[in-house]
Amino acid sequence: MSAPSPSPAQAAPRADRGAFAGRTAFIFAAIGSAVGLGNIWRFPAVAYENGGGAFILPYLVALLTAGIPLLFLDYAIGHRWRGSAPAAWRRFTRWTEFIGWWQVLICVIIAVYYALILAWAVNYTVFSFDKRWGADPNAFFGEYTRALGGADVTISFDIVPTVLLTMVLVWAAVIVVMALGVHNGIAKSSIIFIPLLIIMFIILVITALTLPGAMAGLDAFFKPNWSALLKPGVWVAAYGQIFFSLSVAFGIMLTYASYLKKKTDLTGSGLVVGFANSSFEILCGIGVFSALGFMAQAQGVAIDEVVTSGIGLAFIAFPAIISEAPAGALIGVLFFGSLVLAGFTSLISIVEVIIAAFQDKFGLSRVPATLGVCLPLAIASVALFSTTMGLPLLDVLDKWVNEYGIVAAALVSTIVVVYIVRGMPTLRDHLNFHGTFPVGYAWLLFVAVIAPLVLGVSLIISTFELLTADTAYSGYPFWFSLVFGWMMAIGLVVIAVVLSVIPWPVGSNLFKNDSDGDPIAPEVVSGAGLTPDPAATTPHELRSS
Amino acid sequence: MSFSAIAMMIVAIVTVWGGLAAAIINIARHPEVQED
Repeated sequence: MSAPSPSPAQAAPRADRGAFAGRTAFIFAAIGSAVGLGNIWRFPAVAYENGGGAFILPYLVALLTAGIPLLFLDYAIGHRWRGSAPAAWRRFTRWTEFIGWWQVLICVIIAVYYALILAWAVNYTVFSFDKRWGADPNAFFGEYTRALGGADVTISFDIVPTVLLTMVLVWAAVIVVMALGVHNGIAKSSIIFIPLLIIMFIILVITALTLPGAMAGLDAFFKPNWSALLKPGVWVAAYGQIFFSLSVAFGIMLTYASYLKKKTDLTGSGLVVGFANSSFEILCGIGVFSALGFMAQAQGVAIDEVVTSGIGLAFIAFPAIISEAPAGALIGVLFFGSLVLAGFTSLISIVEVIIAAFQDKFGLSRVPATLGVCLPLAIASVALFSTTMGLPLLDVLDKWVNEYGIVAAALVSTIVVVYIVRGMPTLRDHLNFHGTFPVGYAWLLFVAVIAPLVLGVSLIISTFELLTADTAYSGYPFWFSLVFGWMMAIGLVVIAVVLSVIPWPVGSNLFKNDSDGDPIAPEVVSGAGLTPDPAATTPHELRSS
Repeated sequence: MSFSAIAMMIVAIVTVWGGLAAAIINIARHPEVQED
């Protein structure tokens, strides 16, 4: 069964979805999405632990053979079928709609916990002024979050008022930006925040480079360990970093591309986004390791004893650095302020996947769609995460939604596109119509072979590690990981399939023309490319013969 | 910093930031096609 025929096309109403005013707005929004917490707190430690300076080789290979090719895939689907993830996948081929809902649900999970980290970063920006954590940042973080740990973890609605207040502020800011719309909200906030983030981070890096011990930190970070390149795990780590960092394959880039004008150069824009994200990551490595080098020297220990990532780096190691460094308050405000900006532009991109789907499903205008999604999401997020179980819940959801949400959905979607629906020739021709960077056999090879191979291996390794671990994940009770890890991840797939069989209302955007009033391109013809047509001015006009 | 670390820092910066510069130059040379 195919999606309802767009004909008589011109008679159908146009969807009220919003659009980016141009390519630059889209590129800033896409960079805002890609540049997130992972760049700042994940990349430096991953690179250090996987060959240091030698890591640049697998990292670049991963960027060019998986990151950017998957980015192009997302762009092509969203741009050609001009809809949110469920609508675009359904228009791609009717039965693949569940992939779109799966991506939406992944974003629901990430959005609710991401707001907690953002709230912590907002609070710590303020705490930096008077170094409120005192002499023991680790103990302070425990008092501040009042987080349950280890075997004590349980369902708790014991509210932490400071965190609650800040989470409400974060969600209020998200709602305002989202209600302003695709261009005035999403794009404009990125156009302001991304340059600001880069300026703040450059000042942070310059300040960190002047700290005693910084050069030793950089030496540890960039010193190549060439033998690491012989380890398969290092290559998996490089692909994993690129994959998570670029926000590919869970609906964001697909949704953003659906707001692009039809004559946009998708591949040229994608290269800018991919390299901009990695460029910021390199900057983060330099800044973080300069600071860690200072910390190691100040504490009289080796660098490897202070290297950490994630929450430990941001909320325990950095406060210690801020307390000891000259101009510590400045470093603190710049560091946590950067986390806030990078996290905020990523959070809005995650929420947009959900809003776009809701808007398409019910044919709503922007503000009702925003409120319909954000109010329940904000209430759930604040109720669940401003509590003493917030941190362990975040920990488990993040682990499982990454592995069995993002990685699994990416694996399934590449296999479906390449081998089951055989849609690559259509997507290739769509990308090449206005693309300044032509894609061909190499792109096909990367998406068809490299991406599924690496994603599959990564999934097998993670599953093996989780199932064979001697201790429960993070020492939490087994039932906690079972419910919020395994059952949540499986539940997303089940709910996605259920959502994909629920009929679309007559007033939904599925039955409308795109925002310009033009008909939507028909479903993919398996294995067929698009037939050239000299009269066509957009790839959307091309058909498979 | 050791020579090898400095060399790899330069390689990383030149390839990644150079890639960004090349990507920006590429799109700058291809102005957006105006929609009708």
